[in-house]
Amino acid sequence: MKVEISKGIEELKFALLSPDEIRRMSAVKVITPDTYDDDGYPIEKGLMDPSMGVIEPGLKCKTCGGKVDQCPGHFGHIELAMPVVHIGFIKEIYSILSSTCSNCGRIKLADDKLKGYFQKIKDTADRLSDIEYDDIVSEVESEASDVVICPHCHFENQKVALDKPTTFREEGKKLTPKEIRERFEKIPNEDLPLIGLDPKVARPEWMVLTVFPVPPVNVRPTITLETGERSEDDLTHKLVDVIRINQRLRENRDQGSPQLIIEDLWDLLQYHITTYFDNQTPGTPPARHRSGRSLKTLVQRLKGKEGRFRSNLSGKRVNFSARTVISPEPFLSINQVGVPEKAARELTVTETVTEHNFEKLKELIKNGPGKEEDVYKPGVNYVYRTDGSRIKISDKNAAEVAEKMEMGWQVERQMENGDIVLFNRQPSLHRMSMMAHEVRVLPYRTFRFNLAVCAPYNADFDGDEMNLHVLQSQEARAEAEILMKVQENFLSPRFGGPIMGAIHDHITALFMLTYKNPLIPLDAGLHIMSYIDVDKTPETVEVDGKKYFRGRDIFSMILPEGVNLEFKGKLGDKSLDPNGTEGTIKIENGKLINGAIDENAIGQSKGVLLDYVLRKYGNAEGAKFLDNLTRLAAGVISFTGFSTGIDDEDVPGEAKAQLREVGNEAVQKVEKLIENYKNGLIGMEPGKTLEDTLESMVMKALSQAREKSSEIASHYLGMDNSTVIMARSGARANMMNLAQMAGIIGQQSIRGQRQHRGYTNRTLPHFQKGDIGAYARGFVSSSYKEGLNPTEYFFHATGGREGLVDIAVRTSRSGYMQRRLINALEDLKVSDEGKVLDTEDSIIQLEYGEDGTDPSRSFEGESVDVDYLIKEMFGKKYGGKQ
Amino acid sequence: MAKYNILMHEMVPEHWLVSVKEEEKVLKTLGVTKGQLPKIRKSDPVIKALEKVEGEIIPGRMIEIVRKSRTRGIAKLYRTVIGE
Repeated sequence: MKVEISKGIEELKFALLSPDEIRRMSAVKVITPDTYDDDGYPIEKGLMDPSMGVIEPGLKCKTCGGKVDQCPGHFGHIELAMPVVHIGFIKEIYSILSSTCSNCGRIKLADDKLKGYFQKIKDTADRLSDIEYDDIVSEVESEASDVVICPHCHFENQKVALDKPTTFREEGKKLTPKEIRERFEKIPNEDLPLIGLDPKVARPEWMVLTVFPVPPVNVRPTITLETGERSEDDLTHKLVDVIRINQRLRENRDQGSPQLIIEDLWDLLQYHITTYFDNQTPGTPPARHRSGRSLKTLVQRLKGKEGRFRSNLSGKRVNFSARTVISPEPFLSINQVGVPEKAARELTVTETVTEHNFEKLKELIKNGPGKEEDVYKPGVNYVYRTDGSRIKISDKNAAEVAEKMEMGWQVERQMENGDIVLFNRQPSLHRMSMMAHEVRVLPYRTFRFNLAVCAPYNADFDGDEMNLHVLQSQEARAEAEILMKVQENFLSPRFGGPIMGAIHDHITALFMLTYKNPLIPLDAGLHIMSYIDVDKTPETVEVDGKKYFRGRDIFSMILPEGVNLEFKGKLGDKSLDPNGTEGTIKIENGKLINGAIDENAIGQSKGVLLDYVLRKYGNAEGAKFLDNLTRLAAGVISFTGFSTGIDDEDVPGEAKAQLREVGNEAVQKVEKLIENYKNGLIGMEPGKTLEDTLESMVMKALSQAREKSSEIASHYLGMDNSTVIMARSGARANMMNLAQMAGIIGQQSIRGQRQHRGYTNRTLPHFQKGDIGAYARGFVSSSYKEGLNPTEYFFHATGGREGLVDIAVRTSRSGYMQRRLINALEDLKVSDEGKVLDTEDSIIQLEYGEDGTDPSRSFEGESVDVDYLIKEMFGKKYGGKQ
Repeated sequence: MAKYNILMHEMVPEHWLVSVKEEEKVLKTLGVTKGQLPKIRKSDPVIKALEKVEGEIIPGRMIEIVRKSRTRGIAKLYRTVIGE
């Protein structure tokens, strides 16, 4: 299938501006380097001559009579006293100088050879690609530039050298631009096609400037500061320099000044014109502003990330968007986003008046634009009548305009609850970085959303800002709702599992609610349940005459009906529970029977229960589950309270003694190993030198020490400890972090090795030369709580720095890799039949991913979860894993 | 060193020459034209090795490649031989 394009570009042709053409298109000959006079009027024949266009509103252009928005601007010109080479054509000038004869101007190849090349171009004219033509041109150039004696006039040519950036030398003698121009003038038109020029539009001597075009003022507008001070554009500054030097050069030339002075001025003119085009020419110091900032001249305007192409043409600023700081709000659904009133008043949706929304829009217009101090009530900022004229709605005219409203008017109404918007956080690394949310207009000044949505955006609230875009058409809203809504992006296409889930306090809270099925006093239970929608409270149990709820019963309230699931939780077999049953989570018919809810049940990207609900009941039910879950968790944890501090890591004296013992033992063990090594008692392990063998044995001994300390710490720190609860439930941290705080920090390594660099034969001057014992190579036996001694502290810092450097290097490298990958794949598409095609309809894959499976609709990458199907159809006894 | 048959290497997927008769059938089932298929050069080492078995393979012939796929088990792909 070929798509018809109404207008296509068939050909682009580049040409050179001739001096005549520059004069012809010029509106004024600029002769004075001044801009405005003392009264602020532009000086005639100056750089801001009104013939070159208007930038002040109200004034008319002297050339075309147009006002600011009508006049396109007009070029002026400067007559150069002496010719100057154009920096953009240096390469071309060099190659033409070397391949043509300096005497007769012909290409230094015999006539028959030239004929042969012409024939080659002619023969292939109809199917000649630009690349092939370029090949012929460069072949001619390389062949002709080696010739010394011109085959046409038998003149002995000399080698031309380019002395960067702009000087040409022949046998050490400088070639002035004037001489270059004279030589180029001699080249006959007939030879030009073999140089790569079309004589109809370009002559080589035009690469040497004699007339200099001055761009219209629209290109280099004057900026008037608030103080009334005027500030000229960088290009204007540069043009001032050019005119000034040009004038001095002319005066000196006409007075017949010494050649030396004239040459100096000529070089200076060349410098100014070179930097006018490109202020980053290699070998030329960049022209600077008075303040020391280098000027932004023509090439700098176009080039690079901040240049016209990447910054203004490939990417643009947009309307109907907002950006502000983000903060959390667990009472919002994952599909919602809280929008500050201030933003909601500015952001609008354009609606056309029809019979269906007539009354509603009339009411909205009556509301007017609203005041910041009032309660938010959506209103209207502007209306457009059918003839396109715009009316600004104010409190005064609101009622009047509402009455006059007609069918077909466009009404820019303010944001209201339920509008669909796109929400985005940079860097947008995957498609979940931009999702559709439903608006909730809220007071204060931040965007707010449910904490489960932090994961796909990779957002936290330490000052992050995010962008919001309001959709403007029904089609866009529908598409966004079906494809981009948060609940439609639960399953990540990266691994086929849920990317969103409970985090931190949600996990802690629900873990505490379900671990060992605690008794919750009646009033507490009712308070907690008030956070979620409740039809009927669970049954109470009576202990010692008091009524209690069971924690698991409260959790079961948010489970959809008919959930049947059994899986291993994080506690698993290692459960601290004596019977070891808390690690097995069992849900029957929507009731949690056994086990503690933890990261493996509801955590992001691994929550089995969450995954199950999503697959069995669909995205909408999944979203509801997660909404309820976050609310319930907020209820639990705000009622019970939860905190942790350094005294959580207090261990009894006997534990401290044991830990010290472990540390000492390890150090002694290492000493023993080193002694054995020195006495030659250690045998080599396969593939390792003797030193490597020792190193690996030492590393093993030291890591064992840390593990042992971890065991001791876990033994003394039980489930009554906040830090342990967080680590065991998977909410945050792990047991190793805990052991490092309470027990032994352990070996600090760099690139997986013990630290060994520094001074001669030792890491620090605190150790003996040749000491390779545990402490001398970065073993830290202190705990974070005790504190580190100076050498330990140093090793810890060096080890920590490696991590930082790693991150810095990794992000920049993977970012560039990703950019290249995206550019390579961006216009591949999946056809209706499931084939992957490029823009030419060539096959990339016969079936998408070879199996035609959308990974975000897959089960962890598999097309079908067979185990689940068997279990659902034949009951759980046939189920495979879990 | 004795020349090693690259087709026997475990990292090289199976390559088969599709008979002229079968080409049309394959293209029809795939619903594509020959020009849309990925290309393989006649100078490709695999084609050179295949030529020892099948005789000269002229540009325009079709090659079937059977390879192991992480997502599908076994995946078939077709390429058109081009010059050089």
